[in-house]
Amino acid sequence: MGPPRPTAGRRLSAWLYRRPRLRLSLLLGPPLLWMVVLYVGALAALLVQSFFSLDDFTGKVQRSFTLSTWHALFTQVTFDTVLRTSVMALSVTVASVAVAFPIAYFMARLATPRVKAALYVLMLLPLWASYMVKVYSWNLILSKGGVIEWGVHRVGLTGLLDRVLRVPTIGGSYLGASLLGQFLVFVYMWLPYMILPVEAALERVPASLVDASGDLGAHPRTTFRRVIWPLAKPGVVAGSIFTFSLTLGDFIIPTLIGTSQPSIGKAIYEYQGSAGNLPLAAAFAVLPMLIMAIYLTAAKRMGAFEAL
Amino acid sequence: MTSAPRSQARPRSTATRRTPWLLRLAVAGGVVFLLAPLLIVVLYAFNTESATQTFPPPSLTLHWFSVAAHDGEIWRAFRLSVQVGLMATATALVLGTLAAAAIYRSRFFGRESVSFLILLPLALPGIITGIALRSAFNLAGVNFTIFTVAVGHATFCVVVVYNNVLARLRRSSASIVEASMDLGASGWQTFRYIVLPNLGTALLAGGMLAFALSFDEIIVTTFTAGSQRTLPLWIYDSLNRPRSRPVINVVAILVMAVTVLPILFAQRLTRREGGLNATR
Repeated sequence: MGPPRPTAGRRLSAWLYRRPRLRLSLLLGPPLLWMVVLYVGALAALLVQSFFSLDDFTGKVQRSFTLSTWHALFTQVTFDTVLRTSVMALSVTVASVAVAFPIAYFMARLATPRVKAALYVLMLLPLWASYMVKVYSWNLILSKGGVIEWGVHRVGLTGLLDRVLRVPTIGGSYLGASLLGQFLVFVYMWLPYMILPVEAALERVPASLVDASGDLGAHPRTTFRRVIWPLAKPGVVAGSIFTFSLTLGDFIIPTLIGTSQPSIGKAIYEYQGSAGNLPLAAAFAVLPMLIMAIYLTAAKRMGAFEAL
Repeated sequence: MTSAPRSQARPRSTATRRTPWLLRLAVAGGVVFLLAPLLIVVLYAFNTESATQTFPPPSLTLHWFSVAAHDGEIWRAFRLSVQVGLMATATALVLGTLAAAAIYRSRFFGRESVSFLILLPLALPGIITGIALRSAFNLAGVNFTIFTVAVGHATFCVVVVYNNVLARLRRSSASIVEASMDLGASGWQTFRYIVLPNLGTALLAGGMLAFALSFDEIIVTTFTAGSQRTLPLWIYDSLNRPRSRPVINVVAILVMAVTVLPILFAQRLTRREGGLNATR
């Protein structure tokens, strides 16, 4: 059998094979074009919009350069909103680590393969069960006369719940109308995003290191603090990107559960929607972007991207 | 650590026995916490009481299922969600696979930046992607249609396909392509008989993930949709209409089935790579 007949297709593929640069650009071109033109372009459009302004009389956006929108943004209300949302995002992140770590540790280091596979599927169910469905379910759970009030009543702790709900900042008339309830929902929503990367990081901790630490006389607590935790940290940071970022920008949960106080997401949504002030919404959106830029830079330094 | 020699031989199977009870409790509590809300939605779908949301439901009925089945608005929203999901998935499959192939096969300047750029729509809060796209469409004078919704979804769906395909490429050897060419296969034949079967399940898994991601999305959608109502948006609107509340539970079961079943299937397909790649 001689060599195959050099058809046009063959010649083309051979020609491309000898030109790796061209092949690379052909492969990379479409996705890069999409991401740069659409995504980076959209982020640029966001910046451009923030330098437009809303005409108070006509209610129309004036497309000429002005700093007045930015000027209108810097108020006490904005500052409080950003601070409140950031504190919420941080609390949710810390709580997620606390709840996720034992589960991840058990999955990665103690569970039998069969139990581990089962837990993995149990983790995927709430992760992929629709976002809106989960929020709605919590709306039911936290409502007046809902599951939690019923359960608390059954164990006779209604007095305690009432006292917690009377605490100024976190309380409210019932759980669904309190920041405590909102916090609970956020932790629930993003918990799998924390468990999975922490589990992956813990799985990569060599068992021999843990054994060696014990053999050298370290107390389990010392082993945890000096061996397991430092090695798990990239996973924790990776998970925290999700828990922090998702809490920061969410506007559905703060709208449906919690107090009427604005959050970053809610403020952006309302400026854009009911107020019809796209420039102000765009300027406001730059704030969480800056917060995330700082957060991502710190995370990158801590090696989180290798753990994703 | 007392059973060191034995645990070396069978590290995992002997391990469960020394799990401290406190840790067991934390794990059990976590699992209940994660699953209970899903079960509660299912329970409420059979609730006879429609005015209030008190627990436990007084008695159970199948009535709301037939109400939901005859609601034209629900089916329109469902069809729209499926259409958007298919468009976004198709786009993400093409772009994600191309990007993965480029990143895997070459080292070039800015390689890190490209993978960062692909990841960015997931790392930034959804509301930023949403308002940025709205700003851009607004500046460009584009009307908000089903296509703007699909474009928004595709932008953050690319990364799940990219991650799954890249993981598969890293596991397979580049020399099989060269071997195929050396043995006389054309570029098309190599693609059809070597590359595609090798990537097949990774593409299927990535595609299903992308579809589920799109089907479920609400934050970006609120900003890129005009009058279109996807299923998650229908649920969101209905929360303010007390009359449609009982039907939401039924729709919730439908939505869970559409997203969770493909995910469990995708999970089986990619088990050897350590499960699905990228949580979202």
